[in-house]
Amino acid sequence: MMTSTDAVRVGTTSAPRAMDTPVALDVNDLRTHFTMPGGTVRAVDGVSYRLHRGRTLGIVGESGCGKSVTAQSILGIVPRPGKVVSGSMMLTRGDGSTLELAGLDPKGKVIRSVRGNEIAYIFQEPMSALSPIHTIGHQITEVIRLHTGANRDQARERAETVMRQVGLPRPDEVLGRYPHQLSGGMRQRAVIGIALACNPSILIADEPTTALDVTTEAVILDLVRSLQDTTGMAIQFITHNLGVIAEIADEVVVMYMGRQVERASVTDLFLRPQHPYTQALLRSMPRLGKRAQARLEAIEGMVPDPFSVPVGCAFHTRCRHYVPVRCDQPEYVEVAPGHWVRCSRAGEVA
Amino acid sequence: MLAYTLKRLLLSIPTLFVISLLSFVLIQLPPGDFLSTYAATLASMGEQVSGDTLVLLREAYGLDQPMYIQYLKWIGGIVLRGDFGLSLEWRQPVASLIWERMGLTIALTLSTLVFTWLLAIPIGIYSATNQYSLLDYVFTTIGFIGLGVPGFMLALVVMWVSFSYFGADVGGLFSDGYKNAPWSFGRVLDLLSHLWIPMAILGMEGSAGLIRTMRANVLDELHKPYVTAARARGLDETVLTYEYPVQVALNPFISTLGWALPGLVNGGTIISVTLSLPTAGPLLLRALQSQDMYLAGAFILLLGSLTIFGTLMSDLLLAWIDPRIRLDE
Repeated sequence: MMTSTDAVRVGTTSAPRAMDTPVALDVNDLRTHFTMPGGTVRAVDGVSYRLHRGRTLGIVGESGCGKSVTAQSILGIVPRPGKVVSGSMMLTRGDGSTLELAGLDPKGKVIRSVRGNEIAYIFQEPMSALSPIHTIGHQITEVIRLHTGANRDQARERAETVMRQVGLPRPDEVLGRYPHQLSGGMRQRAVIGIALACNPSILIADEPTTALDVTTEAVILDLVRSLQDTTGMAIQFITHNLGVIAEIADEVVVMYMGRQVERASVTDLFLRPQHPYTQALLRSMPRLGKRAQARLEAIEGMVPDPFSVPVGCAFHTRCRHYVPVRCDQPEYVEVAPGHWVRCSRAGEVA
Repeated sequence: MLAYTLKRLLLSIPTLFVISLLSFVLIQLPPGDFLSTYAATLASMGEQVSGDTLVLLREAYGLDQPMYIQYLKWIGGIVLRGDFGLSLEWRQPVASLIWERMGLTIALTLSTLVFTWLLAIPIGIYSATNQYSLLDYVFTTIGFIGLGVPGFMLALVVMWVSFSYFGADVGGLFSDGYKNAPWSFGRVLDLLSHLWIPMAILGMEGSAGLIRTMRANVLDELHKPYVTAARARGLDETVLTYEYPVQVALNPFISTLGWALPGLVNGGTIISVTLSLPTAGPLLLRALQSQDMYLAGAFILLLGSLTIFGTLMSDLLLAWIDPRIRLDE
């Protein structure tokens, strides 16, 4: 939920950077569907983006828009009955070779050697993402030993280094603790530490600060950003919070009903939003300097039933610029360099 | 952990005292006493016991004294001399009657418990990890039949089948030759060859329920975020199942240990009667019917102790397995 403290501060943490570094992951036309007795939910329906080394891609959208499923598809951990039905996810590995992640056996050796090792995942709720009956130390050394073949002492040493890196100054103490003995902020630091334990080239952060209070959120975001500067990892940051996006992302993908509706640099997105949905999202956000009495604008209508996504433009049922026939087949077009929009009336509406 | 253990041990002393008091009072509650029941039995067989004899006998056994004196004498004997008193019906010290029976009962109970867990836990895990598979349905069906069929019925069927098709008598825990023999290696082997039938029958009843519990527990855990998170770290499915969810799912099993012990003793009574097993259940039943107060009291006290011991064990095990339970930290 947004509060007044979430006011946009584009580029105040550090200026957004151009996506000009080598590609770490190339996702192309990814489709992940859930076939259920009531019909098929196209949770992810043709999503394409690239993760670049040392850069952060933000994925934003309402709950249920498919942003988490997109991330789960990459690691092959989509819950049943979800399945990646088409598309490609090309991972560039440390030695320069590439690996196609789509179509790998989700229980197989190859994808397991990628998980937690080359691509790490941080979940929303640090308490439930940690085993309640094992110490933090057990959970982090387990991953290190699994992927690096280190022995107990080496793994312990690496674990202590990582814990210091994520700002837990007395690693000995934290490593011996159980999750329920730590504060929320410490837990999320520990979770980030576990994610970074094997020096991943890609970090997927799935709403990592949603469960934290605003002060801790700011600290954790700064931490993630500075860790990226030292390790050069690519980050895919999933959130529904535009304030967080403004703070951390270099490029942004906006999703609606499993589809990508807009993709742009963070500056372009906030200053020149093209898609009516993005514009509506921005209008629904509180800002400093707005008149206090002014009511926040909500997006009209309801999120449609995922079993029956509206034909044509999925957003047309809630769009104030909808024109029948003309809006029936919106193409995904590049309206400016690096700025893509799926709207038939892009450029005319604001 | 040590302080916790000591505290629990100390707390069990007043609990045992209350149990002993309650069991003694409960046995005295029905009208009359052993002698009046005894006289009635004799009268029904045509023998008359004179009132004077009864008074004398009552005095000899101390039954004419107020209840609290009787209790103090009884509990004093147990605590100070390990003397559980005299069984009025068997004319023998209670201690000599119960120890072998309690020993056999505990042997049967523990082996049944182990058998039940060895059966129920793996099947429960398999059913959960292969939910809605063919074998899951098979186990579920067998489980529900096991839940529905009473144990004594199963015992009767087993006895009938083995008698009419194999000519074997499966009743009892010993062959005729060993029934009253002193303990020897041969007697132990003989016991083991008889033990498995009541163990299997008692175990069937218990496993059916436990399979359902285990299946549900593991299913609950398998879809928790921490399992997905561990999967996202590259752990393989076997580790994911056994290292995390199964350990958490075992908690309820351990916490039921406390009443699993006396439960098996009590639940086994009907089966023991059916299979004529020399265990505690049938003797306790007989003692209660004839108002053999010292014998019944000793059994109830021992069952109470077993409950307290089982609860203590399960609490300590739980604290050991699940760090969230160690309250004193």
